[in-house]
Amino acid sequence: MRKSTANAPEQKAATVRRRKAGRRSPLASIALILIGLVATGGAYALFTSSATASTSTSDTKLITEGNKLFQANCATCHGMNLEGTKQAPTLLGVGAASVQFQVSTGRMPAAASGPQEEEKPSQFTDAQVMALAEFVASKAPGPGIPAKQYLGGNGNAAKGAQLFRTNCAMCHNVAGAGGALTEGKFAPSLSNVSALHIYEAMETGPQNMPVFNDKNITPAQKANIITYLKYLDKNPSPGGLDLGNLGPVSEGLFVWIFGLGSVVGVTIWLTAKAN
Amino acid sequence: MGRTLPQDHPNAKGKSMAQHDDGVTTPDAHAAGSTTGTEVVLSNDAGTGVVPTDGLVNPGFPPHNPRQTDLDPRKAKNAERQVAFLFFLSIVGSVFALTAYMVFPIVPGDFSSIRTNNLFLGIGITLGLLGVGLGAVHWAKQLMREDESVEYRHGTRGTEATRAKAAEVFVLGNEESGIGRRTLIRNSLIGALVLTPVPAVALFRGLAPDTDPTYLLDHTMWRKGMRLTHDPTGIPIKASDVTLGSAFHVIPEGLEQRSDALEQKAKAAVLLMRLQPQDLHVTKGRETWNYNGIIAYSKICTHVGCPVALYEQDTHHLLCPCHQSQFDMTHEARVIFGPARRPLPQLPITVDSEGYLVARSDFHEPVGPDFWERHVS
Repeated sequence: MRKSTANAPEQKAATVRRRKAGRRSPLASIALILIGLVATGGAYALFTSSATASTSTSDTKLITEGNKLFQANCATCHGMNLEGTKQAPTLLGVGAASVQFQVSTGRMPAAASGPQEEEKPSQFTDAQVMALAEFVASKAPGPGIPAKQYLGGNGNAAKGAQLFRTNCAMCHNVAGAGGALTEGKFAPSLSNVSALHIYEAMETGPQNMPVFNDKNITPAQKANIITYLKYLDKNPSPGGLDLGNLGPVSEGLFVWIFGLGSVVGVTIWLTAKAN
Repeated sequence: MGRTLPQDHPNAKGKSMAQHDDGVTTPDAHAAGSTTGTEVVLSNDAGTGVVPTDGLVNPGFPPHNPRQTDLDPRKAKNAERQVAFLFFLSIVGSVFALTAYMVFPIVPGDFSSIRTNNLFLGIGITLGLLGVGLGAVHWAKQLMREDESVEYRHGTRGTEATRAKAAEVFVLGNEESGIGRRTLIRNSLIGALVLTPVPAVALFRGLAPDTDPTYLLDHTMWRKGMRLTHDPTGIPIKASDVTLGSAFHVIPEGLEQRSDALEQKAKAAVLLMRLQPQDLHVTKGRETWNYNGIIAYSKICTHVGCPVALYEQDTHHLLCPCHQSQFDMTHEARVIFGPARRPLPQLPITVDSEGYLVARSDFHEPVGPDFWERHVS
């Protein structure tokens, strides 16, 4: 659920990134939003937007296709005009990042009502996901698709680890192994999650995850966190078998069964009489 | 006394063990070493005999069954080889550990090298130690003499002559040193010895905080007008930065510069959240404590002081990972589940002239778990 309307600068940047990708709407309402955003934006926004002013028809087509997909797959719960219903929140202002995260991880469309929508194979192709994202983003501004420069995993892993411990580890576990929340909800494991999805989750706060906007954790800091998580993916636990990194529960169970078991076995052998 | 004990135990030779037992027929045997009872001092009395009341007859040892290795010399030879093999395995393990230590060194910055190093070193040392241990036990079980025998405990009381001699040593020492006679020396020595631990007492007291611990537990470093800053960067937070659904981890301004930063952080850590203002249920007197739905609560659990930071932005529940206490942030962090007894203390906040979030005051109650002197005014 995304209700933010207070972070105008990121939305501008997001809009710019969309345009950079070569898509710009000629529709009056869309153009009005874009012009309004650009007018209130900084010099950087103006500069980059002037560089990409072509290919407008493909964007329209994309949004039209997104509209069709939306009406067919999402409107039942989220409303014909993204206004939301009793079953699902409004999608006005959630942004392209939120749509891409939810749909391309398969969390949306939801399979069933439960404590939490879980990851499953995506129901759409990447192009369809982009169309949906563009359509939702065209209705109201929101966080856009993150820029590639933050997704390469080439930040500072040590700083990322510090940020991760402060902001993420309490739910996702210090090794990113995930953990339980209340009433059947849980923080999923972060191992081998794509950098794009990690970034988008921080940016948009899917489901019960809090939002970590760019003022809370800056894009460079997000890149550091991604670097740390990618580092964990690549480097095995230095202590050997990590038992799922779940901490005292799995480790205690292991010692209880195998450690105490072998102690009992050795004790029996020691005290048994030789035949 | 109905019993005399043999001076020389035949079972020490190992062939007549079933005839002997440990004191079943010696009801008075425990008297030795104590001031009560008989004058008879038994050289072999344990002083621990239990007086039987049910007249149970000691059945003695079960019949001795010789082992396979006692009967068959070939099996004995086999067992000998097995023991030697285990010892040899130990040698191999030790050499392997030494080699592995050199072949798989720890490369700085490469964590997988630590794993390899630990693994092979561990396997080698395990074999080295376990080989010796298992071999020794196998040896003892299969080849060493294994017939049952009794070894009697001896009394703890010395002979009269020994006791007299010991007393004499003390008397002589007193005479020679004159400690009983020269009272000035004796008393000054006692005084000196009594005072030697005093500096240690002062030193250990010096490890405790200077300030009254109750005051330290009652208050944190939050003050009126102090800015809320990011943990760990210390950058101040503007109210406009905190969008709906956000959770910020907050430390007081200037915390990192303090020499006691960790002690202060343990009390002053705060979680900042933004909810829809209409979702908040504010009690009377706390109307000004939030700022447009931005609320700040102590991150220290009121149960045993774990950092509570598992915030669910949809349900507005805050979960403590240690003992699953749950706090409802829409109702001023009231406890809705788990062992915590009190809501998390709220930090009253507002904004300053530049739009930064600042504290209105310290917490209005002590943060964290109960302590003896805790009281709420």
